[in-house]
This record gives sequence, C-alpha cells and structure tokens, in this order.
Amino acid sequence: MVSPAAPAGAWSRDRRSPGRSIALHLTLIAASIVSVFPVAWLVLTSLKPRTVIETASVAPIDHPTLANYTQVLGETRFLTWAANAVIVSLITAVLGVLLSATTGYAVSRFRFPGFRSVMWMLLITQMFPVAILIVPIYNLMAGLGLINQFPSLVIAYLTSTVPFCAWMMKGYFDTVPVTIDEAGRVDGLTPFGTFWRLILPLAKPGLAVAAFYSFITAWAEVAYATAFMTGDDKYTLAVGLSQFVGQHKAEWGLLTASSVLIAIPAAVVFLLVQRHLVTGLTAGATKA
Amino acid sequence: MTADVVATRRAAPRSGARRLLSRHWYAWAMTAPVVIVTLVLVGYPLVRGVYLSLTDATEGNMGRTIGMNVIPSTYEFVGLKNYTDILTSAEFLGRLTWTVVWTVVCVALHVSIGLGLALLLNRPMRLRSLYRILLVLPWAVPAFVSAFIWRYLLNGEFGVVNAMLRAAGFAGVSWLDDPFWAKVSVIACNVWLGVPFMMLALLGGLQAIPRELYEAAEVDGATPWQRFRHITLPGLRPVSSTVVLLGTIWTFNQFPVIFLLTRGGPGGATEILVTYAYRQAFEGIRNYSGSAAWGMVILALLVVMATVYRRALRQQGEAW
Repeated sequence: MVSPAAPAGAWSRDRRSPGRSIALHLTLIAASIVSVFPVAWLVLTSLKPRTVIETASVAPIDHPTLANYTQVLGETRFLTWAANAVIVSLITAVLGVLLSATTGYAVSRFRFPGFRSVMWMLLITQMFPVAILIVPIYNLMAGLGLINQFPSLVIAYLTSTVPFCAWMMKGYFDTVPVTIDEAGRVDGLTPFGTFWRLILPLAKPGLAVAAFYSFITAWAEVAYATAFMTGDDKYTLAVGLSQFVGQHKAEWGLLTASSVLIAIPAAVVFLLVQRHLVTGLTAGATKA
Repeated sequence: MTADVVATRRAAPRSGARRLLSRHWYAWAMTAPVVIVTLVLVGYPLVRGVYLSLTDATEGNMGRTIGMNVIPSTYEFVGLKNYTDILTSAEFLGRLTWTVVWTVVCVALHVSIGLGLALLLNRPMRLRSLYRILLVLPWAVPAFVSAFIWRYLLNGEFGVVNAMLRAAGFAGVSWLDDPFWAKVSVIACNVWLGVPFMMLALLGGLQAIPRELYEAAEVDGATPWQRFRHITLPGLRPVSSTVVLLGTIWTFNQFPVIFLLTRGGPGGATEILVTYAYRQAFEGIRNYSGSAAWGMVILALLVVMATVYRRALRQQGEAW
C-alpha cells in the first residue's frame, strides 16, 4: 500500500494518490493510539476513586476526583522519595560529566599508546549489567557502613555513568572541527588550554546532554536502589512506588497518581531535549 | 642537565619511554580521571566479584557487624564449583534460551517497527510534528513508570485490556499469571517503550541520505523496492549498526520491565539472566557467591558480543 522509502520532497507529495494519503494517516493514527493509550489511561485512572479503579470498568471518566493525589502528597513519603531521587541523580550527573569530559576530548583528538585499551574499557564497562557488579559493590558498601546511604548509590551509578558520558562526549567532540584546535595551538595554547578555553565552551550542549542522560538513567534506576536503600526515608521513587503495589496490597490509586506526578515533568523535559539526545546517542554513526 | 644526558645514555629504552611521555603526557593526564575511577569503582569490585564467585559466600557466613559485635566471615574457597553448578544446571540453559529469545524478538520488533514508522514520518505531510511527539511519548516516560502502567493495564481482574476483551465478547486472558502470556506481556511492554528511540534514530539516519541518490535512481527507472533495498538500507547502515548494538545491550540488561512487571514470574517463566542473578543475591537466603558467578557468566557473554561488534566496526573502517 504505502511504498517504502519515498524520499522527502515536494515532488513525491504531488504524486501521492488520495488513497495512499489516507492509508498513511490511518497507519500513523493507529500507531499514535497505541503509543498514547497507556499513558492516557494512566492519567484517567488516577482521577478515579479507589472503588471504581478496582472494578473492570472501561469508562474513561467515572466519578472524577483528586483524592488519589491529595493522599499521595499528604499521606505518603512521595515527596521525600522524589527529593532523594533528585539529589542522588544530580550528584551522579555532575560528577559523571566532570570526571569524563577531558577523557572524551582526549580519545576524540589524540592517538596515544593505550588509546585502544581505553576505548575498549569504555565500551565494555558501559555494557555491564547490574548483575555483574551489584554483589561485590553491595558487600564493599556494607563493609564501609554505607548501605542505606546516598553515597553508595552515587558510587554504584558512577560505574556506568562515567564510561557512558566519556563515550557520548567523544561523539560530540568529534563534531567540533579540528581546525579550532589547530588555531589554538598556533596561538600558543597548550592542549589543556585549547580544551578549556576553546573546545569546552563550544561543547556545552554536548555536556548538557550527557549530564541529562546520566540524570534520567540514575533517577529511574531500580536494581541498585532496591537492594541498597533499606529504610523508607531513603527510598528513591522507583523503590517507593513498588511499595504501593507490594505482595499483600495493591494501592492502584496511589500508584497511578504518583506515576502521573513523575511522568508529566519527566515527559515535558524529555520532549524538549529529545532531538539532542538522539544525536548524542548515535553521534559518530552519522558523521561517516 | 648533565645528569639528564648521562641518564639518557645509560638507559636507552628509558629514553624511548621519556620521549613517549613528553609527547603523550597530556593525553594520558586527560584520560587519567576516567581510568582511575574505572579501576577503583569497576576494576576492584570486579576482582572481588571474581573472588566471591570462587567461594561459598552466602548471607549466613558473610562477615557483618550487629550492634557492637563484629562477626568475621567464615566462607571458604571452593574453586570452580559455582561455575560447574551453573553450567550443568537446567536453569542455565532455560534462562539463557529465554534471554536470547527475549533480546532477539524485542530488538527485531524495535528495529522493524521503528524503521516502518521512520519511513512513514520521513515524508512531507500534514501533522507530521504532532505524530512525532505522540509517537515519542513512550520513551519520555521513565521505564519503571511504564512497567507499573502495563502491570495495571494487564491486570487480570480489572485491567482495561481484559475489560475491553470482555466487552468485545472474548474471554479475558490472565496476562501476567500464565507463563506464555507473561512472556508476551513483557515483550509487548518492552517493545512499546523501545520503539520510539529506534524510530527517531533511524529517522535521523534517513534524513542524512542525500536526496540526489533517490532522484538518480528514479530517473534510471528503479522501483520503490529497489530504491529501498539499494539506497535506503545501505545509507542507514552506520546508524542502524549503532542502534542495534545499543538496543541489544539495553534489552539484554533490561531489568526494570521484567522485575517490576512480572517479578520474573510466574514460576520464573520470564526471568532473564540479569534478574535471575539479582534475585539470587537479594531474595530468600542471599547467595552472594552463586550470584557473583552468574554475573561472571553474563560478563563472558557480553565480552563475546562486544568482540563481534568491534570486528564489525573495524570492517567499516573505524580506526580502533
């Protein structure tokens, strides 16, 4: 029906028959419904009273109320958990970017003995699933008395954030023309001077994207947070929310309301920066 | 000054090292923070993990402090016992098979649906930006929130999916309590939240393909399929190889979806390697050594994957 790979451009629009146009829009509308429905249903559910939520009702709106929201904000530790998550992820993001910026620059510009080992290390460590490091880190943190303390989470997150940021920033520095470095060198700047005065100011968007990505991966992390944070005053959001739907009770009203409170700011910020995020994640692939 | 010269003359290899140092010291200094952090935060735990995996450490014999009393560790070195236990267990083959199926099915669906939507979005039409925003939404919601949303949608008693099925006259499905449907459910949830990234990345790749190629092909009488096969697919290769690798790693390591949607259940049916290793270490009697050994097995699998990927990169001419 819809021919694949018609390129962008006015000339192909002129030749698209009405039938094809309708098919195109119908496909996209169907896909959009699938994409939006779960989120929309979440928002609608959060506005229903508990008695309606726990019946098999398909009515989109049924006795709308804000009771779930007032209960989440007033009677649970939702705000504490949100603050915890933000603190931990902010520290992780800032430290991650600070530690990895120069490395991203070095592997983007210089070919030095050990270059391949560094690249290899960056690639492998960012692939590490939680299962590899969580047990030894847990035991080390227990030895240091840091279980149920924020530093243990920050340390655990840095293991993946640092190599990831370095990798992502290498991609960004690759897009900054080398002629700028050469101009700096001609003017007598050291490599550090070039990096600090010329490249870093140009790379601010790249740093911001790396920091943002570190932030959202840290604040939505589940495994380390579940294992390390044992007191409910130290939970992050991901751990706190699973308390609402534990094995013995299921407070779907609380869960949906707090999900909406998390998802809406997250989605707004995310939609604003997503273009940069995709470029950052695939940087290096498109430069060819 | 003189001392320098003497030293240089006396030790020829050291002068080579010194030349290297004077030429490369700044590159090394710049990489030092990451190398040090990685060695301390990843290297040291990794070594300890290898050591733990060779012992019989569990919650019971691990050293700990209760109040003022320090209880020393009493676990012992048991060699490769944990590894032989894992590799000969039926659990390993089952978990590995399901993890591979899960990764392959999810990534294949991510890429094919993502590519299809990217091709549709890569044409001039009304409402394009609106579609784009609506289609990106699942990626914008944090993964743990998505897992909770799906857990509610698929709830057997009052989930809206079953309610709609019933309204349409079908019987409800116990999505999360039946081994087969639980697998379908976790895959559906992960596909839902993974497609937008693929779509955006591939859309970027499509827009980087020069239009002249298509015009030239059109002039030469190439069919739409031929243009897709010989221009679009090769033109996408740099982007698609990157996103397939990222997608594979993310899916292989996808902890929240499995852990929060089904908790690995029912009866371990949806447990992938990562969640299984986690559960060993932090649920029931905590089996630290067994979990560490599972971690090392997973690491070995990942190293194989990375090697294959690096070889593919090298064939494309990337320098390292």
